Amino acid sequence: MSPPEPLGSGIHPPTSDSPSTRTHPSGQPAAGAREEFLRGVLAEIPLLLGVVPFGLIYGVIAIQSGLTPATAQGASAVVFAGSSQFVMSQLVAGGASGVVIVVSIAAINLRHALYSASLAPHLAHLSAGWKALLAYLLTDEAYAVSIGHLEADGPRVHRHFFLLGAGLTLWASWQASTALGLFVGARVPAAWSLEFTLPLMFIAIVVSQLKDRAGIAAALVAGGLAVALRGLPLGLGVLLAAVAGILAGSALERREA
Amino acid sequence: MGLTLLAAGIATYLTRLSFIALAHRGTAPAWITRPLRLVPAAVLSALILPSVLAPQGMLQLWPLSPRTLAGMAAVLVAWKTRSVLLTLVVGMSVLWLAGLLLPG
Repeated sequence: MSPPEPLGSGIHPPTSDSPSTRTHPSGQPAAGAREEFLRGVLAEIPLLLGVVPFGLIYGVIAIQSGLTPATAQGASAVVFAGSSQFVMSQLVAGGASGVVIVVSIAAINLRHALYSASLAPHLAHLSAGWKALLAYLLTDEAYAVSIGHLEADGPRVHRHFFLLGAGLTLWASWQASTALGLFVGARVPAAWSLEFTLPLMFIAIVVSQLKDRAGIAAALVAGGLAVALRGLPLGLGVLLAAVAGILAGSALERREA
Repeated sequence: MGLTLLAAGIATYLTRLSFIALAHRGTAPAWITRPLRLVPAAVLSALILPSVLAPQGMLQLWPLSPRTLAGMAAVLVAWKTRSVLLTLVVGMSVLWLAGLLLPG
C-alpha cells in the first residue's frame, strides 16, 4: 500500500492501478506482457463472428469433398489459412494430384510474404523462437488487428504479446470451428451471411488506418485491380493487385515528397 | 495425402516466416519501410473489394446488390466514426434489410 497523498497531486503509484503496468526507461508507461496479450485477444474477438461460421463451413465442405476428418483438421493445424483450405477441398474433390494441391496452396498464401515484410521491422528484436511462433500465427485476421498497434509510437517492449494474443485467439477458434463443422455440421443459417462480417471488419480496419493520399491510392488501386483480376487462378489476382497498390502509393508518396 | 499436407504447410509457413526471419536488429532504410506501411491498406483492400462487389465471382454494379450497399454503408460509417463495432452493426443491418427489400 502506498502512503496517502494529497488530493489532486496527480501521482498514482503504478502498483495501485494496474499490476502489469511497468515504467519504460523513456519515462512513458509501457503496457505489460499480460496486458498486451489480453488487448490482442480482445481486438481479435469481433472477427470471430466471421471466422467461426467460415470454419464451420470449411469443416462441412471438407467432408463433402472426400477429405478424412484427420486430413481436414490437420490442414487447419498445419496450413492454417482458410481460403487455401477451401481450394484444397475443391481440388481433392476434383481428383487433383498432390503437386497441383501443394502449388495451389503455396500460391494462394503468397500474400503472407507481404505481411511478413510489413511486420519484420517490428519483430526484428525478438528471439528466433518468438519469430518462429509468431510466423506460424500470422494470418489475415491476426495481422489486420495487430499491425496498427505494432506501428504506433511509444514504448514497445511487450507489443509482440498483442500479436500473440490475437494470433492464438484466432488459432483456437479456427481449430474448434473446423472440428465442430466436421463432426456436428454447420448450424448457422446461410441466410444470416455471417461470413460477411469479415470484409466489414477489414473495411473498418483499413478505413480507420487511412491517413494520407498514398494510403488511399494504394487501397483504391489494389481494390480495383483485385476486382478486375478476380478471374485469375490461385489468388494471384489479390497478390498482383496488392503489389500494384503498394507501388502506386509509393510513387505518389515520392512525387509529393 | 499426409505428405501433400505437410508440403503445403511447410510452403505456407516459410512464406509467413520469410521476412520476419531475415530481419535483424537495426533500422531498415526508409526506401524499404515506407512502401511496407502501405501493405495493410493494399492487401486488405484487395481481399475486401472482390467479396463486396463480386461475391460469387460475377461483378454486379447495377442494380446495387445488398453486399455492395452494405459495403458502401460500412465505408461511410468507418470513415465518419472510426468505430469497428458501429461499422459492423450498420453493415450487417444494411445487408439484411437490403436482402429483404431488394429482389434477387
